[in-house]
Amino acid sequence: MSALASTTVSLFRSARQSAHARRLVACLLGLIVLAVMTGPSGSNTAPVSGFTGSLFHPRVLVFIAIGLGLWGLITAQHRWGEALKRTNDNLMTLPRRMMPDRRVRLVLYAALLAVAILVPLHVNAFWQDVLVDQIGIYVLLAIGLNVVVGYAGLLDLGYIAFYAIGAYSTAFWTGALPVHPPMVLNAFWAIPFAIGTAMLSGVLIGAPTLRLRGDYLAIVTLGFGEIIQIVATNLQGVTGGSQGVIGIPHPDVNLLGIHYSWLIDPLPYYYLLLVFVVAALIAYSFLEHSRVGRAWTAIREDEVAAQSAGINVLKYKIMAFAIGASTSGFAGMLEASKISFIEPGDFTVQLSILILVLVIFGGMGSLLGAVVGAAFLQWFPWYLKEHPMFGFQDQDLYIYLGAILVLTMIFRPEGLIPSRRRKREFGLAEHGLGTADAMSGTTDPVP
Amino acid sequence: MTTAPEAAPTTVAGDIIVAIKDLSLSFGGVRALVDVTLKQARGELLSVIGPNGAGKTCLFNCLTGVYHPQQGSITFYGPHDKATQIVGRKPHLVNRLGIARTFQTSRLFNALTAFENVKIGVESRMHTGPVGAMLRLPRTRREERESDARSDELLEFVGLRARGNELASALPYGDRRRLEIARALGTNPQLLLLDEPAAGTNPAEKSDLGTLIRRVKNELGVTVLLIEHDMGLVMSLAERIIVLNFGRVIAFGTPAEVQHDPAVIEAYLGAPTDDDTYVPVEPDANGDD
Amino acid sequence: MCFTQNFWSFFIGGIANGFLYALIALGYTLVYGVLQLINFAHSEVFMSGGFAGYFVVNAVIGQSSPHGLASVGLIVLGTAAGAVGGAVVAYLLERVAYRPLRRRKAPRLAFLISAIGASYFLYNLAGKEFGRNGYSLPFLYPFQTGVTVFGTGIQTYWVVIAIAAMIMLVLLDRIVAATRLGRGIRAVAQDAETASLMGVNIDRVIAQTFILGGILGGAAGFLFGLSSGVVYSMGFTPALKAFTAAVLGGIGNIRGAVLGGLVLGVAENMGVICAPTEWRDVVAFGILVAVLIIRPTGILGERLGRSA
Repeated sequence: MSALASTTVSLFRSARQSAHARRLVACLLGLIVLAVMTGPSGSNTAPVSGFTGSLFHPRVLVFIAIGLGLWGLITAQHRWGEALKRTNDNLMTLPRRMMPDRRVRLVLYAALLAVAILVPLHVNAFWQDVLVDQIGIYVLLAIGLNVVVGYAGLLDLGYIAFYAIGAYSTAFWTGALPVHPPMVLNAFWAIPFAIGTAMLSGVLIGAPTLRLRGDYLAIVTLGFGEIIQIVATNLQGVTGGSQGVIGIPHPDVNLLGIHYSWLIDPLPYYYLLLVFVVAALIAYSFLEHSRVGRAWTAIREDEVAAQSAGINVLKYKIMAFAIGASTSGFAGMLEASKISFIEPGDFTVQLSILILVLVIFGGMGSLLGAVVGAAFLQWFPWYLKEHPMFGFQDQDLYIYLGAILVLTMIFRPEGLIPSRRRKREFGLAEHGLGTADAMSGTTDPVP
Repeated sequence: MTTAPEAAPTTVAGDIIVAIKDLSLSFGGVRALVDVTLKQARGELLSVIGPNGAGKTCLFNCLTGVYHPQQGSITFYGPHDKATQIVGRKPHLVNRLGIARTFQTSRLFNALTAFENVKIGVESRMHTGPVGAMLRLPRTRREERESDARSDELLEFVGLRARGNELASALPYGDRRRLEIARALGTNPQLLLLDEPAAGTNPAEKSDLGTLIRRVKNELGVTVLLIEHDMGLVMSLAERIIVLNFGRVIAFGTPAEVQHDPAVIEAYLGAPTDDDTYVPVEPDANGDD
Repeated sequence: MCFTQNFWSFFIGGIANGFLYALIALGYTLVYGVLQLINFAHSEVFMSGGFAGYFVVNAVIGQSSPHGLASVGLIVLGTAAGAVGGAVVAYLLERVAYRPLRRRKAPRLAFLISAIGASYFLYNLAGKEFGRNGYSLPFLYPFQTGVTVFGTGIQTYWVVIAIAAMIMLVLLDRIVAATRLGRGIRAVAQDAETASLMGVNIDRVIAQTFILGGILGGAAGFLFGLSSGVVYSMGFTPALKAFTAAVLGGIGNIRGAVLGGLVLGVAENMGVICAPTEWRDVVAFGILVAVLIIRPTGILGERLGRSA
């Protein structure tokens, strides 16, 4: 024990002097943290058993070995610098460079779409449900949050609140809540109401806060996400309280001679969702390359310059916020009518953070990134559930997600598949040009 | 039409575009502007000079709605002599009235191309909303075409047509200044405020810039209010000059009048700085026209 | 109807809670002063302090039921342990989630995201390691109610947190006003660039500021745990309220944070007289939104060394 301690101390001391040693310490500490993350859990009766079980166990050697290996790689990269670094850079920019030209990109999108259409036909019922409830819905949510975080550079930490509002307003308009609507609609016709309500609440929460510094928006939305849950739990007479709401009808459509009802089978929901996801992708990509998208970029980079170029900064921020909120509300409507049951516990603040991770990991401001990031990060835990490995435990998911956020910000802030504009902005920010976010509040009326 | 000049240091002939009256601005205890009064005629090239910290940029910030002065008024006269009060208006609304500006240290959108920078200015006068943009409605596409054409024109005008696809951050200094002017012109201003456009440029770029400013005035008919430290440029361009010191107007008149004003000479010599751009005016600098 | 005979009890309880909010709020305000950023992971600093205090006190107390000086000693010990725990976590946070980004001059959005990631990491790691059920602290003092004022029993707990908080607040005020560290913090808050040109080691000052905030937040975690127990999720709500307190008083303003904490503590308790307890958090959030709309610079205005 004491030998270990003295080694650590001397390592720390030498770390002050040498970059190599500093990297070694960072690698080792990182891997030891990983060993604890993946190790056994503690419990209330044995609060240190998690630490002892993961650190005083032969498995820790594996992690130390990996740590040393990692350090070796990094050192090698620094020593034989250029060649290795170039390979690394090439690898890092591979996704972008692979589709420089429009035709290649279209082929890729078509292939992705084909996969998205065909995959659900070849998986079992359990995975079909996962594809809708866990992957499809979250891809849609990530695309929506991408508008807020990626395009407008605003941090919304209560994104799931709008999902809840969409779900509860669907329950209201279909007559499933204790309070009754003026007229009972079928879930399909509740869509405009769900979207409208979510958008309106987005504007109401956003308008006062978006005038202020960006981090205030983050904390107000965080609080709002928590409050929505408290309200849903305590307003028993309106929301059904903590027991939740049952009996939200499935959607069906009877329009222009087409009649279709969605029932329990997940596949029709999946394809409905796919249609909306593709529509949202096309619409938001148009948006990004339009007057509105350019205005967002301008605001992200320099609010003062944007204002004096005639851009109404507050209006565009509220717009982004409302578009995100309505996408979230729409997803809430779909999920509520598929499961036909909602409860306040479905809308925890953690879920907002989860969606943020999906967007950040995929690449802020990149639609393809949001889709791929969301699909991968939502699929992987479920895969691990079926094929346990690395000692992954389901309830530890958020430890990993938190770590992903920090690591992405440190090593690759532009995300897995970066948006070109965003990547440039992060690069320029490093050289002291531009800000790459909209964090500084619209008006600082001086004095 | 306009009210007779009361306390204005000099009367202005012709039709007024902007009238500033008794403008005062202070930060805490620091008085940045004290009772500034001035008028600019439509089509006139007026220059504001003064030592560092004299309140020139503060004046611009008041004129564009960035600062809210505690006292005084700024009246802007639109094309049909429609008078509008600037004080208290938000910056983007001031811009919409027809006042555009550039910044002392250029503030371009660095991650965008030169073309996109100009286009953002041009587009601020368009009407495409989020729904139109998402659906690519016919009007959206028409506006895209119009703003593309207009942006190209403006790039051509400032001589950057060939560099349109380069990132703003990659442009050399002089080009950045011209790009900023193009972006400001994109918003279709009647009054253009230029904040030290020549700062940091080399002599060749400086003379190009002088030509450009003159063309903005003559070819586009835009009124220009110019802050500049380079006396050569000021003397060759300005029709009238206003001199600020410690937030007050200390002199006002034609270049020749200002040059020989004892108060101006004292302001520059009496407040020596380590920057040699403040040496008094070269005697024969206005022999350009 | 709102003003019952319990008025004074709610009022004094509110002041005591307010002192806790003030301690946490100072962590936000100090870090905000030097970085102009809200430290989203401060809630986990608070939680770590709670656990550190709990484990130390629990190990020392054994089966005894302390009274008199032993009670005082244990409270001091637990508070100190909480402070150390909070300081360590706050320092690590700065090292891992903030400093690398600062080196890269990352945009502010990146800092916030990184801090949120760190917060969720710590939060869930604590849940994994210490179990997801709460721990209640052993009784450190024999009487739950001490003196009676205005016909109301003053809880010993209120007295404990008020005294502990006041001592720390006075110490902090002295540190910021009169030590080299305090001068560094004020210098960086005023103008980081100039401060670095004047030879202030910015990285060190920032780390020390995190540690200072961590000490106060961690101690508050233990004091909070005295009555409410400690659990991995204990940080979220008090931290959100403390942030409200910091904004209420004027973020970046040290005395403002204390004032904001006290005002919020009392206001929240007054709200509870009128509305059911489960709406307590909603009341606090309502205050936050109202402050942001009406006076975003807070009661005393934003400043930390910044001249008006």
